[in-house]
Amino acid sequence: MTTETVNADDVRHVADLARIDLEDAEIELFEEQFAEILEYFDSLDEVPAVDADEELVNVMRSDEPHESLSQATALKNAPETDDDYFKGPRVS
Amino acid sequence: MSSEYNAFITDATIEGDGEGVLSGATVAVKDNISTKDVRTTCGSAMLESYEPPYDATVVRRVLDAGATIVGKANMDEFGMGGTTETSAFDPTENPRAPGHVAGGSSGGSAAAVAAGAADLALGSDTGGSIRNPAAFCGVVGLKPTYGLVSRYGLIAYANSLEQIGPIGPTVESTARLLDVIAGPDEHDGTTRTADLEGSYVDTIDGDVSGTTVGVLRNLTEGSDERVQTRFEAAIDDLRAQGASIVEIELESIEHALAAYYVIAMSEASSNLARFDGVRYGVSGGYDGDWNEAFASTRNEGFGEEVKRRILLGTYALSAGYHDKYYKKAQDARAWVKSDFTEAFTQADVLASPTMPVLAPKIGENLDDPLALYQIDANTVPVNLANVPAISVPIGEADGRPVGLQLIAPAFGEGRLFRTASALE
Repeated sequence: MTTETVNADDVRHVADLARIDLEDAEIELFEEQFAEILEYFDSLDEVPAVDADEELVNVMRSDEPHESLSQATALKNAPETDDDYFKGPRVS
Repeated sequence: MSSEYNAFITDATIEGDGEGVLSGATVAVKDNISTKDVRTTCGSAMLESYEPPYDATVVRRVLDAGATIVGKANMDEFGMGGTTETSAFDPTENPRAPGHVAGGSSGGSAAAVAAGAADLALGSDTGGSIRNPAAFCGVVGLKPTYGLVSRYGLIAYANSLEQIGPIGPTVESTARLLDVIAGPDEHDGTTRTADLEGSYVDTIDGDVSGTTVGVLRNLTEGSDERVQTRFEAAIDDLRAQGASIVEIELESIEHALAAYYVIAMSEASSNLARFDGVRYGVSGGYDGDWNEAFASTRNEGFGEEVKRRILLGTYALSAGYHDKYYKKAQDARAWVKSDFTEAFTQADVLASPTMPVLAPKIGENLDDPLALYQIDANTVPVNLANVPAISVPIGEADGRPVGLQLIAPAFGEGRLFRTASALE
């Protein structure tokens, strides 16, 4: 099995999914590099299915109120705030 | 450059508030480990002015043990790189090989120790990011067993793979720092208690008689000849001190690098979704709706390598490709784990060169991402298998330090310190 060729539209599509507004030069660069990197990843096709029998343990804590950050501290790094709230761009 | 060799992004003095085994010691802290009210950038323009509201558990522990933190060490952006050249704050230079990279991603941490700017350092290792710069800078660095050290306050890149670990000038000082930071933490549900009597420092006796060292042939033969020569001399040294040497081939290891990158990039695409420019990070204020503003913030705040990994991770997890890439990478990870389990029935510790190459010149490999990924070939299998590994200096070749990597079963850090001390 080989990778289908990666084209500029594929790069634009994943950039859109990942919410990164790439410039055209970056799209061109990534198109070329992704083809090479994904071809390298194709070597995983040869890996046999492995029965992984992990010993997993649930780690739980009791659901009790704890001391937490004050609103002022939590907002300290926000570029824009409005009273006690984060201020974001309009939703639509 | 703000400091010698550009080892630090931010100079800071955070005095310890306790008395303990680190009283009087200075510690450099990698800049992806949170320090309360002291800028923590992850080497990224995205977090250029971010000041965490709390300390990472490891930071509390070194301060409680009496250490003074002397700065936030330079690193590849979000840990994504092996040379500290993807840092938004310029590369770190190798103090032991001027003009060459310090390695990465914890390049500033290793360089600070090599230059004597700090007695000890904390780094983080997702696919070799402690061992690589330790090898290139001629110091000791340990990637602990997954779960031995709390990741609370470590800004995540690929959380199923990464661990915080110690870097020091000697095996003993590295073990002392591990003694301080290891152990369960209620803030990190993945931490476990190591079944260790006494301290890690106590395990160091330099006695390797009766120890079986398994040389990982696949990783040794793929290395630069100058590295191989130093490596074989170090193995001869262990043999002369009474260790038994056996050769081990791991078939799965040929697939480890591809598996590592698929898993790390996939986890990164999810972890770095939090950087939206609203709660922290480069300023919002862009035109357009939420999605458009979000995309502008991320284009401006992230560097090229970070974008490359987020996009490839998004691709590997997207509809139609998940089974081909992500699922096969998880199969490869399970295969590597079972290969290591089998290898440890034949040897107490495994050995390989830490890095297959000598430290490249600054700028040498920047344009070829796949070539840069390939220098991680010897270190990534350890992270896939969740086991511990140490890099210890074994001399120089062409004026550049060479490191030897020792790998032990989970929670076998004591074996690593004991065997590594025989090489000092």
